[in-house]
Formats: sequence, C-alpha cells, structure tokens
Amino acid sequence: MKIYLKVWRQKDASAKGELVDYTMESVEGDMSFLEMLDILNEDLIAKGEIPVEFDHDCREGICGTCSLQINGRPHGPDRLITACQLHMRSFKDGDTIVIEPFRAKAFPVVKDLIVDRTSFERIQQAGGFISVNTSGQPVDANAIPIEKEFADKAFNAATCIGCGACVAACKNASAMLFTSAKVSQFALLPQGKVEAVERVQNMVRQMDLEGFGNCTNTGACEIECPKGISLENIARMNREYLSASLKG
Amino acid sequence: MNSNIPSGPLADKWTKHKNEINLVNPANKRNIDIIVVGTGLAGGSAAATLAELGYNVKTFCYQDSPRRAHSIAAQGGINAAKNYQGDGDSNYRLFYDTVKGGDYRSREANVYRLAEVSSNIIDQCVSQGVPFAREYGGLLDNRSFGGVLVSRTFYAKGQTGQQLLLGAYAAMNRQIHRGKIKSYTRHEMLDLVMVDGKARGIIARDLVSGKIERHSAHAVVIASGGYGNLFFLSTYCMGANVMAAWRTHRRGAFFANPCFTQIHPTCIPVSGEHQSKLTLMSESLRNDGRIWVPKKIEDAVAIREGKLKPTELKEEDRDYYLERRYPAFGNLVPRDVASRAAKERCDAGFGVNKTGEAVFLDFDAAIMRYGREKALTSGIKEADNTLIRKLGEEVVEAKYGNLFQMYEKIVDENPYKTPMMIYPAVHYTMGGLWVDYNLQTTIPGCYAAGEANFSDHGANRLGASALMQGLADGYFVLPYTIGDYLADDIRTGPIPTDSKEFDEVEKEVLERINKLMSAKGKHSVDYYHKKLGKIMWNKCGMSRNAKELQEAMTEISELRKDFWENVRVPGTADTKNQELEKAGKVADFLEIGELFAKDALERNESCGGHFREEYQTPEGEALRDDENYKFVSAWEYKGEPKDAVLHKENLVYENIELKTRSYK
Repeated sequence: MKIYLKVWRQKDASAKGELVDYTMESVEGDMSFLEMLDILNEDLIAKGEIPVEFDHDCREGICGTCSLQINGRPHGPDRLITACQLHMRSFKDGDTIVIEPFRAKAFPVVKDLIVDRTSFERIQQAGGFISVNTSGQPVDANAIPIEKEFADKAFNAATCIGCGACVAACKNASAMLFTSAKVSQFALLPQGKVEAVERVQNMVRQMDLEGFGNCTNTGACEIECPKGISLENIARMNREYLSASLKG
Repeated sequence: MNSNIPSGPLADKWTKHKNEINLVNPANKRNIDIIVVGTGLAGGSAAATLAELGYNVKTFCYQDSPRRAHSIAAQGGINAAKNYQGDGDSNYRLFYDTVKGGDYRSREANVYRLAEVSSNIIDQCVSQGVPFAREYGGLLDNRSFGGVLVSRTFYAKGQTGQQLLLGAYAAMNRQIHRGKIKSYTRHEMLDLVMVDGKARGIIARDLVSGKIERHSAHAVVIASGGYGNLFFLSTYCMGANVMAAWRTHRRGAFFANPCFTQIHPTCIPVSGEHQSKLTLMSESLRNDGRIWVPKKIEDAVAIREGKLKPTELKEEDRDYYLERRYPAFGNLVPRDVASRAAKERCDAGFGVNKTGEAVFLDFDAAIMRYGREKALTSGIKEADNTLIRKLGEEVVEAKYGNLFQMYEKIVDENPYKTPMMIYPAVHYTMGGLWVDYNLQTTIPGCYAAGEANFSDHGANRLGASALMQGLADGYFVLPYTIGDYLADDIRTGPIPTDSKEFDEVEKEVLERINKLMSAKGKHSVDYYHKKLGKIMWNKCGMSRNAKELQEAMTEISELRKDFWENVRVPGTADTKNQELEKAGKVADFLEIGELFAKDALERNESCGGHFREEYQTPEGEALRDDENYKFVSAWEYKGEPKDAVLHKENLVYENIELKTRSYK
C-alpha cells in the first residue's frame, strides 16, 4: 500500500507547529499504526532528519500512553482500541492520513505528537483514592461481600486507562468521563463510600481548575473511549456531586 | 555471600526478624529521604508505604504517569494462599509450589516470606478498592494457573495487573497530595551516586528539557523492572530497560543469574520483519484452551500452505502434545516446560503458520462443554449443537472476551471460530540485582525490589507470581527492612548534592551522552537493537549450547564496539530526544547481553528457563545438577562483561527435599 501522511510537527511547547507531508511507499496491512510510524522514523534518521516524536509504550492497548488524533478521531477510525492496536489493514492504498496530537487546552503539546497530561494526574491526586494505610492486619478480603452487579460495574468503571481520548473527542474538551470513572468505581464499593462526599467535591474542583470544559451530553467521549467507559458514570458522578452539595 | 537469613524455624523467621530489627521513630522519619526508581507494582507500593510511614520519598519514572508502568499489562492474576476454595491450599503449599516451579534455584526463606504475606496483599488491595472478580454470592473468585494443583489465583478479568497498579497508584496519589511523595515523571535515572561506600543519590535526566539533575537521599530503591527487552522482540513495553539496574551493577552491586529468563508459551506469533513487539495471551487461557499440532507432517504442511483448515482436521489426527507428555498437569504445565514442548514440535516440522513457528490453542472443547452446562442450567432440554455452541461462546466471552478481542484485532482471525495460533516469547527475567533477605544489594543503602531483583523465582517463575512478588516487596517487606538500615542515619541530616562525588558521576554521565551524540555513523539505534535481539534469540533463547554461547559473547562484544563508533543519534541532547533515550538503553543491553551469555555458559546444567542442550534426559527433559550448581551466580563488575567475577551463594534446602521436577 502507498499511504500519504500529514503529520503535526512542533519543535517544543513554545514553537509554532505545522502539518508536514510524508509518503510511505510500501505499507503492509499486518503492520500496526505505530509500526508504520517506526518505519517513517527509520527513513527520516537515514536521511539525516529529525524523527517524529510520539508517546507509546505497552503497544498492547492497556497503558494509555499513545495520544494520536488520527483523521480527526482519537486513536483512529476503529472502535474500542487505542492507536497501538490499530492496524494498517483498516486503511487502503492511496489513503491520506492526518496525524495530530490530542487537542485540549489542558493537554499542552510537548513536542510533535506528544502532549502533557499532568492535569489528569492532579485530578487523581485530589481524591482518586481510598484513605487506607498499608498494614499487616487489614480486614479479611472476604469479610465484606459485594453484590456481583456492583462489583462488575465498579470494575467496568475502573478499566479507564487515562489516555485522554474522551477529552480529545469532546468539543468542549471536558474531562467528565475520565473523572467520573474513578468517582464511580469507588462510589459503587462499600470501601469507597466512606469518603465519597469529599472525593467527588475535590476531584470535580480540580477538574475545573485545570481548564477542562463542561459536559453538554454529546456522548462523543463514550464513542471514542478505547475501553468503552459508559456515560452512566457521568450521570452517577452528577448524582454524587449533587448529593454531596446538599450534605454541604 | 551472606544472605542474612534470620535463624530459627522457616515459618517463624520473618516474624522473628521483624521483632528484632531496628525501627526509626516517627519524628526522625521526617528527616530521612528515600529515592524510588520505577513506579510499577514494586516501586509504587514501596513509595506509597514509605511515605505513609513518614519518610520523604522521591519517585522517578520515564513514563508520563506512574499509572503506565508495565505491571499494567499483566493479565491473568495474582496468587495468594487464602484457601478460599477449601482445596487444601496453605502458605506451605504456595511456598513449595514456588520453589519447585523455580526448579530449586531460589532461596527458601525469601519464598516462604512471600507465601506468608500473600494473603495480606489481597486484603490490602480489596481495602483500596481494587475490583477483583467476584462470584454471585459476593465473595472473591479464584482460578487455576500453571504448575499447581489448587485454585489460588485472584483476578480482575484479563486486567489484574492494571487494577493492582491503579491501587498502588492511588495510594501514591494520596501521598503526593500530602506532599510526602514528590513524583518525577518523564525522568530517567542515568547513574547511582555513592558517598563513603553508601548509595546516596542518583543522576537523572529530565526527558522533556534534557536537563541533567542531581538528587540525593539516604537510601535508593531500584524497582525498574526486568531486562527482557534486550531480545528486541518481547512482551515487554517499548520503554522497558535495564539502565537503572545496570548502572547500579557498574557501581558495585552484584548481578544475579542473568541467564534465567522466562519465555512465555502463549504469545501471538511473529508476523513479519516490521514487528516491534509481541503480545501475550494470558496463561489463564490454558485453563480452557487445549494446545495441539497435527499428528501427521503432511497435515501440518497443508495447514501452513492454507490448503487445509484446522477445524477440518479429525480429532484422531491431532496431537495434544502436552496432554500426551504430561498427563497429570496437561495443558497447565509450567511455562518453561510448555514453551520447550512447543519449540520441540515446531523444530520437528509440525508448526502451523507460514513461518512454521506456531501451535494451536483451541477452545472448541471448552465452548461445547460450557454450552452443554449452560443449556442444562437454563432448563433447555433438547439443545442442538448450534445452540450449545452459541451458549458456550457466550460463557467463553464472559471469561476471556477482552483477550479474544485483542487477538482478533492483531491477527484478523476470529478465535471463536478457528483455533488461536500461539508461540513462545520473552516475557520476564528471573535474574536481576542480587539482594539479601532484606532486599539490600551489595551496595549499602541500595535496595532492589520486584522484577529488578533476583530473589524469589529461581530459574522459572510460576504464573500469577510476579504481581504477588512486586507487591510483597513494596507493601510488606521493604518498609520494614529499610528502616533497619536507616536507623543509623537519623543524625546524618540532608545529603548535599554539591559534593565531589556528585560532580564526578555527573561528569561521567555527560561524557557518555556526548559520546553517544558525537558518533556520526550510518546506523540507527534500532538497527543495533534488532541485531542484538537476533543473537540473543538464536543463541541464548529457549535452548542453549556451549559453542553458540561462546559465539554470542564474541558477536555481542563486536556489535557493542561497532555501536559506539557508528550509531547515529539525531538531534541534540538538550531537548526531548527519544532516539537518545533509546541509545542509552541499547548501550546497556549490549553489555548485559554478553554477561547473560557468559552466565549461561558457566551454568553447566539445565534448570527452569535455562536449557542447555548438553544436559538433558533421553526424553528431552531438563537435567539439573544439584551437586555442582545448587547456587546463585552473583556477578561482580570488572570493566568488560567478559571479565566479570563470579561469586556463589550456596542454596541451602532445609525444608524441601530436592527432587527432579516432574509434571507427568
């Protein structure tokens, strides 16, 4: 396959970026999208040019490191996968592919396709935990049975990989799906209920401070989420937040 | 070698040790700094716990968040001797299975402690909100893993590692929020700084600005994972590297058993030259999947050429070789045994994909079995095969859905309809920095935890034990043992970073970077990494022999020389530069690769993941030599890897009788 690429190049955080054209002469369908970029970079190094920097690590769809906006969609055209699981067989000979970093005010570009997602870190630090110290004598794991329905829902919320596709997909660059996934996981479990009020207030406050937009229920985040995190979680966070506000 | 194992009966050692070691009072902990390098399960859990205790912790990771460490990719589960299933499990059995599974090359006292704290790990994680799988009664569910006869593995679908890491990450976040952990992300440790013979800090590089930084502390914990990426193709993440551990080794820490590497039997086979990494299919699949190749070579050829579909092959024409060779454990033999058996069949010409390096993992029998059970429990009396199959596929999807989906995305075949193809791949390194019972390396004040140390898995790790060991080290072992050392440091005060020791190490680090940047050759870093990977896989892989190991040592040494003269690193060192990051990592792989081959050459026996062709039974099973090789090889750095000096830690078995490992 011959593929035409338009890749966002930006020297550093303060530089002005631009789309640069590259042509890939022999792309195979079994290559992953990132392996295609590896080959582009090998070509650039051989020519004495600076390779394209992009974030990636596990290459099996679980670490949430890759942050590519491919033809306008986070992680590309396929559903329920990250860019590293996208294979070139999803494209055809002669296609033009535009590759940009995730775009959001709260995700400034570091270099080329790499963005800074430390805003997500600070949201988690504000309350994404249960306050329990490590000790040799905690409660036995089976002392509190948890209804399977809630355990499964908590698990589904917990599968968020923190990639930021939800933010990149949202026209408001809202982080509601990301934040609500953690709030929901703990709100659904007896261990998490104790601090539920403080948690939702602190995490939402931090989310707003970071400059993420508001949620207008377009649902793009759910569609683009590589782990299929449900909008239900946003509804649950809104309920948690409202009830926390009433409790003062 | 003094491993500092406490005296007394095995089951009492850890309690006795905890009672006897020195403690640091809470007010003094505030004056003590600890650096933790790596924030996976071991580093993350250690950092959180040390900060809870009151120490000032600095963590370093190359990722943009601690949540992305590769512990996240562990799929199948975590072992614990809870005996919730009432199937006869106990601390002793977990201990025994782990020592046996490691082919009697691990330290009894360490492994017993691991089994002893395993239950606490599950309790701790549940209290943190880790959503383990549960049964309808609301209690925790278990499944089986290879090499054992009980169900002791706790899991969270196919993402156990992610959920456990997010638990440790949340515990870290709580401490970051309190200001007790300072988290340095996108940072890389480039060297260890020693003052008066003690580890007192590190030199790190800010990967965004390229700035070289000095960080001091009273103790340094290396929890930077394993070195399997030296094979180029592996199930490791792309960024995994040995730099922190290897730099520590170069400063005097002994490196133990480098040749003990785990080759995991169930990975998606290599598809072509462009491939950058291999993907693991969880060992849990072997609970239900049956592994086979055709019995007749002509059928294997026909399948390879696409003339015959695997589903068309009759039952009697299939060779379920694990069930045939190991009737007691069948498809659930340990990883090393399963990997070698696959290689044996493929080498004999029975491989089933284009390259001839793949075997089938077939769920058909499980689908039909589950389907019949589901039909009965749903009250459907006369279900036909189509309905049974449909019901069975739903059960299998609930159990392994995400793994099947991942397989389909990568291979473009539907594993519900046609058997999966799998082949062994490099997955884990049992070797690592030598540590004593306290997890201290041979450098005072420098500790190693998780995969970065060598301690608990001997020559082969059992499935679902890596998560257990990482969290045991970080949550329950290191926080005690490090206090014993730091009790002497309460009057030391902050360690200055403007000393001559920091000056000297920083100067060496800068010289190394300049050397990498100034080699203006014609080959990229990946060119060298791929070449190294080929040497390792062909000559130091699933089976090894003296001649090829000697060749490997020479070839790696020559490749290293070529690398330093001819590697091309574009860009500059004072900005974000991923090629420079890779170059530093590959430079270290080119050193440890040679030590790896040397270690494999010196160990004239077959044990666990280390299979020497010269030492095998007539049936092709591993032939261990307990008389001459019942020791840990701990290597001391002396310049070139080939000049490393061997120190032996003799392994003493007081509670387990050494036997030939049999899974028949």
